[in-house]
Amino acid sequence: MVFSRADHRTSDFLEVLQRERPELLSRFGTPPLLDSPPANWKGQRMPTSSLTDLYDNLLEGTTILAAVYNEGVIIAGDRQATAGFQVGERRIRKVYEVDAYSAIAIAGVAGPAMEMAKLFQVQVEFYEKIEGSPLSLEGKANSLSNMVKSNLPMALQGLVVVPIFTGYDLKRKQGRIFKYDAIGGQYEESEYYATGSGGKDAQTTLKKLYSPDISREGVLKIVVEALWDAADEDVATGGPDFIREIFPTIKVIDSTGISDIPDSETKALYTELLERLHS
Amino acid sequence: MPAPYYVSPEQIMQEKEDFARKGIEKAKEVIVLEYRDGILMVAENPLTTVFKISEIYDRIALAATGLYPDYEALRYAGIQGAEVKGFTFNREDVTARWLANQYSQQIGAIYRQPDAKPLEVELLLCEIREDSSSNNRIYHLSFDGTFWEDNEYTVIGGRADEIAGILEAEYSEGLDLSGALQLAARTFETIETEVDEVDRYQVTAETIEAAVLDETRNRRKFKRLLPDELSEILSA
Repeated sequence: MVFSRADHRTSDFLEVLQRERPELLSRFGTPPLLDSPPANWKGQRMPTSSLTDLYDNLLEGTTILAAVYNEGVIIAGDRQATAGFQVGERRIRKVYEVDAYSAIAIAGVAGPAMEMAKLFQVQVEFYEKIEGSPLSLEGKANSLSNMVKSNLPMALQGLVVVPIFTGYDLKRKQGRIFKYDAIGGQYEESEYYATGSGGKDAQTTLKKLYSPDISREGVLKIVVEALWDAADEDVATGGPDFIREIFPTIKVIDSTGISDIPDSETKALYTELLERLHS
Repeated sequence: MPAPYYVSPEQIMQEKEDFARKGIEKAKEVIVLEYRDGILMVAENPLTTVFKISEIYDRIALAATGLYPDYEALRYAGIQGAEVKGFTFNREDVTARWLANQYSQQIGAIYRQPDAKPLEVELLLCEIREDSSSNNRIYHLSFDGTFWEDNEYTVIGGRADEIAGILEAEYSEGLDLSGALQLAARTFETIETEVDEVDRYQVTAETIEAAVLDETRNRRKFKRLLPDELSEILSA
């Protein structure tokens, strides 16, 4: 710890790391490691066999989604990470609490994605502590956009990270969803959104079942169903695992703050869904 | 060319000490008390923009008094150092013992620098225990970089000794939050009316700043007590 110069004082943690510990940011904002990016890292036209192995063994996060309901916003993700055609990890977490009123979910290559989520959480908290008041919800969203942008060199090599950011806007008194593309473009969704390998399937379910002013109870049901459909259609997405007791991560944010839906409740929601699908 | 005046090291250090002490003598006090669920920090501070108590890390808070730009720079350095360390290694590797040593080195180095003004600060670095098998830590740092550990209750600021004297008679273990806050408020009232012979002095939510490190909270143990919460406890 060094006493920093007064003109080095900043509430931007990214700036602190860039100045003091740039090696910790080597993933973000470094030039491409390879001369020619592989055209399609899932399969054909790989430059060398070792590179194919490398890409096939990277963990990839699969389906994440978010939906606004009448009192706030809900954010969820399945628990599987996939490496090529293998289950890479059954219990990975893709939804993280950022602060008392916001959360981030990540899809894409798991390593850099989880690192980005961790860095983003520190970034938001650092600002709050230095300034004595939290960033605005849009301020947080913009700061995440910058992080995704700085991942561009990695994205060009197929190492894409795509987050969803959600939070309760205390000024507007509503839940809000921000989605990002691979190069940091930021767009707001007013109702629901899903991304990742099973995102399209989850999105279809949400589209069919969503209604504006949906209740908390209602939105929980359709989120669970959307994740079920994603796991049903997309081989990479994990469904509820009743044998190992692994269930999707679901977090709810409203005017009282963020809270986790406990596994027991998620399990009950799935049991109910399965009964409905069965009959 | 005239020869430079010789000033003995003893005299230089004595002058620095006098200078720093003079600064701290004017400083408003901060009381830190251990209570049932954690650590309570209370400062006499009518300002709502300049804080004497702040969150450093998950289980660590800083209570400071003296010259604002001096302790604000230390607060900033503490938060930055803690976050960088926690990001590099792990959040649990950031401890108050480590941070107290960092502060000690920084403050000590500035104190010894020949052409620098000593920092006019007194700090209490508080860390709430991880679980029931460990203890709360309160590190008391002085303007010259020396530090020691306090427990149960402690005070920094100009009239620290007088206030500690009052607390010695009044403090008891296992106070709840309202008990601890009322004790701090009573102590401030006593010192203002009896020692300084002000006619009548009443502590209200507007005259103090208070925060806790509360064991029952999640990862971030620090919580500032809002004016409404303060009023409710103080008027009870």
